[in-house]
This record gives sequence, C-alpha cells and structure tokens, in this order.
Amino acid sequence: MPGKVATMRDAVADLVRDGDSVAIEGFTHLISFAAGHEIIRQRRRDLTLCRMTPDVIYDQMIAGGVARKLVFSWLGNPGVGGLNAIRRRIEPSSVAELGVTPLELEEYSHFGMVARYTAGATNLPFFPLRSYFETDLPVANPLIRELASPYDDGKIYVVPPLKPDVAIVHAQRADRRGNVQLWGILGIQKEAVLAADRALVTVEEIVDELEPRPGATVIPTWAITAVAEAPRGASPSYAHSYYDRDNDFYKAWDAIARDRDEFKAWMEEHVLWSTAPTR
Amino acid sequence: MEHSADEMMTVAAARELRDGEVCFVGIGLPSTAANLARGRHAPDVVLIYESGTIGSKPTRLPLSIGDGDLAETADAVVAVPEIFNYWLQGGRIDVGFLGAAQIDRHGNLNSTVIGSYDAPKVRLPGAGGAPEIARLTKRVITIIRQSSRTFVDQLDFKTSLGADDQVVITDLGVLRRVDGELTLTALHPGVTPEQAQEATAWELKVADELETSDPPSEDELSLLRELKSA
Repeated sequence: MPGKVATMRDAVADLVRDGDSVAIEGFTHLISFAAGHEIIRQRRRDLTLCRMTPDVIYDQMIAGGVARKLVFSWLGNPGVGGLNAIRRRIEPSSVAELGVTPLELEEYSHFGMVARYTAGATNLPFFPLRSYFETDLPVANPLIRELASPYDDGKIYVVPPLKPDVAIVHAQRADRRGNVQLWGILGIQKEAVLAADRALVTVEEIVDELEPRPGATVIPTWAITAVAEAPRGASPSYAHSYYDRDNDFYKAWDAIARDRDEFKAWMEEHVLWSTAPTR
Repeated sequence: MEHSADEMMTVAAARELRDGEVCFVGIGLPSTAANLARGRHAPDVVLIYESGTIGSKPTRLPLSIGDGDLAETADAVVAVPEIFNYWLQGGRIDVGFLGAAQIDRHGNLNSTVIGSYDAPKVRLPGAGGAPEIARLTKRVITIIRQSSRTFVDQLDFKTSLGADDQVVITDLGVLRRVDGELTLTALHPGVTPEQAQEATAWELKVADELETSDPPSEDELSLLRELKSA
C-alpha cells in the first residue's frame, strides 16, 4: 500500500518548494496553522501565497519572510481589524521606514477567487461571473477581463484558473490509507485540493476506519499527495466537533502584530522554537 | 433609556430588514443589526453568511463569518462556491448588508484602500464579496458612520457599485438612493440637517419631507445590549 501518511516535517519538506504557489484554504474553520508554521520553520522563500481570506496565519507567514506575493480577496482579522504585519509590507510609509521588500498583490473579490479555484478544479481556461461591472477591480488587476457572451448581447467578466503548486487544507480525520473526512463549514477546501498540483491534508487524527457521517465530505486518498497528523493543528481557528475557535487569541493578535518586537518574540516562542509533531 | 449614536444606527438598520427576507450578512455591524431584526420584528428572516451557512440563528453574535455557532444553528451548510454560484448569482438573495470605509453620492463603496491603489496610505481589507453582493441582491442596506472622511466627493477606489434600491444608515440619519443619488430622508433624534451636511463632502440632497427616526425603544435597546454582551 503506497504510504500517503507522513510526518508534518517530511510532508512540508517534500511538497513545498521555494518559489511555489501555495494555497492554504479553510474559511475561518479548519485553517492549517500547523502547516503554515512548519513552512516558516523550514524557511521556504519566494512563495506566492493564495487564499480567499488571508488572516492571522498569512500575517505570520508573510512577516516570517516566506512570501513574495499574495493572491487574495479579503485581507483582515475578521471582527477585529487589519493585518498589521502584512500592512507593513504594503503601505509605502512603513515599507520605506523598515526597508522591507514590498509584497506583490493580485486581488479579486470572493466570487472571483471562487471562480478561479473552480476553473482550476474543472480544468477550464476561465470562469465567468456577474460581478466587477463598473468597479475599479479590473483596473487594479488586468487578469479580470470582460468578455462578450457568445449567446446573447450581454457582457460577462471572467477570471483565469488558479492552479496552485500546492494546496494545504486541514480536516477532522483521515484513515491510514489517507482518505480524508471533513464536516462543518467546508469553505473552498475541496476545490483547492482538486485545483492544485500537489495536496497536503493535515488532520486532527488518523483513525483505523472512517465512520460514515451525514453531510461530511470525503476526499479519497488518490486525490491527495500526503496526509499528516496535526492534533489541534487548526488552532486558533477551529475544528468542528474537536475544539472551538479561540476568539480571544484573534483579538490578542492585533496588539502582538502591531509591535514588531512583540511579534518577533511571539514567533520565536510559539513557532520557531516549537516543533511539529513527529508522529 | 439613554442611547449612543452607534446604537441608534444599528437599530435603524435592523428596522430596514423585513420579516421573511433572505439576507446576505457581513460581519460586524451588519451581523449585529440583522440579528437584532431576527430577535424582534423579523423572526423569519433568513441569514446567509458567506462562509456557507444558510438560515443561521446564532445564539450569540459571531466574531468571525465562520464561527461554529453559525453552522450549528443553520438550516443548511454548503460549500462557498455553492453560496456564490447558486444562491447569490442565482438570484435567491433579497438583501445585501454592506459596510465600507468610504461612500460617494451614488452609493458606490470603497473598502480597498485609502490613498492610491499602488501606494496606499492605509491598506483596507479589500472587496470580500461586496462587488457581487451589491450587484446580485435585490436591495442593499449599507451601514457606515457619516463624516467628511467617509462621505467623500471622490472614492479612492471603487470596490462596489451603488444599487438602484439602496438605503444607507448612518449614525446621523437615513439616506435612500433616488434617481441614482443618495437623498437624506430621515435624521435621527437631535441631529440637524446642517450636521448631516457638515459630515458630507458633497452637497447633500434632502427630501422635501424630512422624517425623524423613532428613538430606539427599550425593547430594541435591551435586546441589542444583550446581544452585544453575550
């Protein structure tokens, strides 16, 4: 039986390479902080990070120096505020003051990112959507293009497929062969996995057999490159039926990331000097 | 009961939502107002959060758009592509509830940058679902605090387009889009037309019959405070 189950350290070392485009998805729920931290520890460089809602994990990764570019649709700490570490790499006042390389941005709306992943997963050259009319987004991002409908006089906007080199998602469970089961808010996890060249799924636990569960999504092992066990690997986001979102941490992050020294100290204590589970 | 300008704004926004409507809810003030409406005059309002929860009935206000409570109390939880393709673009959502950092006289919104796009003074969160929500729902409710910094003559970036049927609720009053332009139709108690003009960077159109909002009732205020403290 080909082994899909790997340690987090080996899986990230094998799958994520310098210069890759990497999509860590999960809509508030099931965000693989564990894999993001492992990428920081392994000092990957020049990544293009893709994600509908870059939140605290991308704030940490981008300030941790792994990324050159960000592809996204909403950039913030939901219900709390902005992402201070990322803003320092975007706003010219702090870019100049700190002497950091500006982060390259490629920006869509949520539906645009949804359409991009869908085009990627369905192997289409583009995907149409009724959005963007008369807004500044197609000006800011020339990859958002207008197209005449071949069937009527209407115009439609299209976006190109997103096919990340690596997709990373978190799920509740996998079996020993690497079949993955997730439930609750599903986000765009499945599309990200199916659009990507390689897919890493981190899970709360590996079990002997996946118990069928109504409403759950199963991604079969053959559609995934590697599975790594990472208990509490989505924290401070959450894993439905396992643990709740740590809203207090998200609120606390605002002050931590606002201050560069505090940010560095936090990262050293919680990311750089801690290790991924080796099981 | 004494109330703050923000409480008046939230209550006025909640009153805009009609019972039985299907509403696409953003996080923060829109979510607070929508849940206030659900707890009072609109028990059958259907709240859709873009994380994929349809018919959420949260027991406490969610901090994020995907808190577990939203999924647990929902009629259905679907994947994000389904929300945008079938439910929003399919035309099944009545009302979109949007916030923004800037608004212009046509109800166009900016939630992307302050300053220029390439060299922003302040980088804001960006579009999220706003461009498609503004275009694909039948009616848009916008909540925004009114000042000459937010009610601007020229947006720094046009993130989403004003809607034909759009109402804007501020901490000073209520504006409705009439013939493509926002018109002040009501002021909250104690606010003068001069104050509203002062807080607007363009010459504000005012309705012939300017109404005064009812102050928040004790019921509205106590439920709002209960929601916020839970």
